[in-house]
Amino acid sequence: MTRVEHASASSRVGLGIVAVALVVLAAAPLWADRADLRLLAEIFAYVALASLWNLLAGYAGLVSVGQQAYVGLGGYLLFALATLMDVHPLLAIPLAGLAAAVVAVPTAALMFRLRGHYFAIGTWVVAEVFRMVASQVSALGGGSGTSLPASVVLSMASTRQMREFLVYWIALALVVAILGAIVLLLRSRYGLALTAIRDSELGARSNGVDVARIKYVVYVAVAFGTAMVGALIFLQKIRISPDTAFSVNDWTAFVIFITVIGGIGRIEGPIIGTVVFFLLRQTLADLGAIYLLILGVVAIAVMLKAPKGLWGLVAERFGWQVFPLQRRLVTD
Amino acid sequence: MEWLNTLLQGVLLGGLYAMFAAGLSLIFGVMRLVNIAHGDLIVLAAYIALVTVQALGVNPIVSLIVVVPAMAAIGYALQRGVLNRTLGDDLLPPLLVTFGLSVIIQNGLLELFTADSVKLNAGAIEVQSLPVGGGLAIGVLPLLQFLLAVAVIGGLQWLFYRTALGRAFRATSDDQAVAQLMGLNNAHVFGLAMALSLAIVAIAGVLLAVRANFDPAIGPARLIFGFEAVIIGGLGSMWGTLAGGVILGVAQTIGAQLDPGWNLLAGHIAFLIVLALRPEGLFPKVQG
Repeated sequence: MTRVEHASASSRVGLGIVAVALVVLAAAPLWADRADLRLLAEIFAYVALASLWNLLAGYAGLVSVGQQAYVGLGGYLLFALATLMDVHPLLAIPLAGLAAAVVAVPTAALMFRLRGHYFAIGTWVVAEVFRMVASQVSALGGGSGTSLPASVVLSMASTRQMREFLVYWIALALVVAILGAIVLLLRSRYGLALTAIRDSELGARSNGVDVARIKYVVYVAVAFGTAMVGALIFLQKIRISPDTAFSVNDWTAFVIFITVIGGIGRIEGPIIGTVVFFLLRQTLADLGAIYLLILGVVAIAVMLKAPKGLWGLVAERFGWQVFPLQRRLVTD
Repeated sequence: MEWLNTLLQGVLLGGLYAMFAAGLSLIFGVMRLVNIAHGDLIVLAAYIALVTVQALGVNPIVSLIVVVPAMAAIGYALQRGVLNRTLGDDLLPPLLVTFGLSVIIQNGLLELFTADSVKLNAGAIEVQSLPVGGGLAIGVLPLLQFLLAVAVIGGLQWLFYRTALGRAFRATSDDQAVAQLMGLNNAHVFGLAMALSLAIVAIAGVLLAVRANFDPAIGPARLIFGFEAVIIGGLGSMWGTLAGGVILGVAQTIGAQLDPGWNLLAGHIAFLIVLALRPEGLFPKVQG
């Protein structure tokens, strides 16, 4: 009997480390202070956004520079559902994701008419259109934005501490769910197809992979996840405006740099990249514009000199994988 | 009459957009590179013009003598030093590297010139106008911009189909490997294409700086306008690009006439409508 084995020695160790880290992180309200909790939640949001962008660009070859469209859409949908329709904010997070996925269906149909490179700029136009539409919605503050009313905030939990714990746990749960979904997707037959598309689109197509359909599904699924992360980000901020919600720097530039530096086309890449990004930020953030300039230079250098990123170097040198994703035939 | 005026302003504005688009479409045609930093390079050209005007005390239009060669040199160096290494079958490297460049240029300009918006003053020409009858008048400066755009696009068309350099551009565009076999140095040809693209960017940047206020953050929107003009006009067609720019300009001025908040949104909607109904653009290059 032959069967496909996904795990390896390194992935068994890796999953063990991931499991321990999860227990420690889930208990963070016991050991971390408020500022640390906020920072951790922000890190989770970036891991989730970068992992989703990695799935889109690294695997499906859809290089979008307009994912801020769905971060902002998710945020605005949460505010609309919670303040205009009295939906409980926690329920509003998945609903915002679903609604964004519905919006993504016709958007993808339109964007996929743009070939290759032009798709990237097309996604940016979509984000701009969403931003301008959002600033026309006067019920949500128009161009200057709005805040969540106190009654909505209080409906989550009565004390401020409990609310902060709750938002933290949801952020952790969301990033675990998104990473888990990506791992499961990559282990399924669609994952095999996606990996094939990553390595050679022409090769994948000639082996019978329905490339167009898989790209479509990935685009809509990534929109769903990205919008949920966006909804959570702005639930934590309690304030939203078109410029923060649809910021290309915050939700696309950083996310791209994280993925490229960590290692595009590998699931570990965005996690490593986020850690590096936050370490750099904590040390260089005072530099302002120079900090972004340095990030840009580092990302270009990585792209030219080590296009598989930091994790790519490690994986090629030692053959490590943290998640059981490889496919190896074994005979029993 | 007000609507006729709106239409006229839109057409003239379209010339500027066509110029944003021409440089973008040129390098896409020659090397299949979409330069995400294109808009930021336009803004960089505007700032080089600003420095030139301040240092030499010349009229902005005269500063073109400095800005055009400077941008062309930057283009050649950028292509040979960085961008040539990203070209290949993979879409990702050129997009990510030019995206990184965009962030670097934006934040470099922000650091050097602050976020305050500035404008170049072209003197008396800015307020002069030509009456065209019926109570309408055309500003001399917008008219000059439009004529310059027509000249640039006509010049590009001539260069592409009537010169040895144009033949080299078309050859690498058709088949890079065969072009190399025929003795072309592709790396050099690409360098020249980027130099030419940024020379056009230089003209567009100076015109932009004279026309309106600018600051380091406005680049991406210029990229988007240029891109929309390319797609509306149809890939690979120079005169189509001019038509695309004009359609975009008219859509924006009509939008602004209806409601000031609709200015840019109307342009984007025009683009999306073309994409939905005629994704190959209005005037695609005839195949074969």
